[in-house]
Amino acid sequence: MRPIATTRSAAGIPTGLLAVWWVLASEVVIFGGLLGSYIMYRLAHDAWAVQAANTNMWIGAFNTFVLLTSSLTAVLAHQAAEHGDGKLAAKRLYYTCIGAATFIAVKAFEWTTEISHGMTISSNTFWSFYYTAAGLHALHVIAGAILMMYVAADAAKGRELHRVELIGIYWHFVDIVWIFLFPLLYIAK
Amino acid sequence: MSDQATHADAHHHVNYVRIWQILLGLLVVSVLGPMIGIKIVTLMTAFGIAVVKAYLVAKNFMHLNVQPRYVVYLLGTTLVFVMLFFAGAAPDVMKPAGDNWRKPYVEPVPSHDAPHH
Repeated sequence: MRPIATTRSAAGIPTGLLAVWWVLASEVVIFGGLLGSYIMYRLAHDAWAVQAANTNMWIGAFNTFVLLTSSLTAVLAHQAAEHGDGKLAAKRLYYTCIGAATFIAVKAFEWTTEISHGMTISSNTFWSFYYTAAGLHALHVIAGAILMMYVAADAAKGRELHRVELIGIYWHFVDIVWIFLFPLLYIAK
Repeated sequence: MSDQATHADAHHHVNYVRIWQILLGLLVVSVLGPMIGIKIVTLMTAFGIAVVKAYLVAKNFMHLNVQPRYVVYLLGTTLVFVMLFFAGAAPDVMKPAGDNWRKPYVEPVPSHDAPHH
């Protein structure tokens, strides 16, 4: 018996796809509220520019490159799934997971350096926002990568290929969040 | 089924590698822009380009343009809520004083000898 997420489309799209859009709608409020708060404080406190100068723009730019590239492999995986090629879709999803692992490894290096220089989550409000926003985003990257490996394992066997699109949409959203975090945390100094 | 076919056809017209190349080009501009040192150029290249990049990803990678219209309204509604939150909270956060309130907290000015890397 096929799951209801793939067979029912009372809203004009498969229920699984609709569920992903609902999840993302709630994520817009979560990240939007966080980023909105950051912008308010950043505009109100010029002193934050001094703190923001300690973030490394090149590391942020490299991670942006990694996420944009992983978004490309995710959408190419979706394209392969649409053609019914589960093995190719799985391969491209694994490439996306490698992108996620690279992103997290770079983040770990970056945070280790910053923490060793005394810039911790409790240093001041700027660093509290920095670690909260980037940390919440990193958690989404990790969760997405874990789900993607699960979806890829099924796709490689030609099963549940519709899920390739669903995890891809989630991944592109994570990419979009980073597209806004990058200038806020790394460029506006 | 015909809806799904139309949906899939719309995907096939997109050259994903080309979109990715444009996104990388925009990334380079957003990194180089602030190096000019003019505030308005920094704002335009950093945040203006972020909006363009997000639009490109949403339209071409998430295929938001071929989703039912109510999906766009759903996401748009949540964005409106975020803006309402901003409009409601910003006066309190950003104004240090007013007729009916005082804000005794002052963000400490950090020392300038903080390590840079």
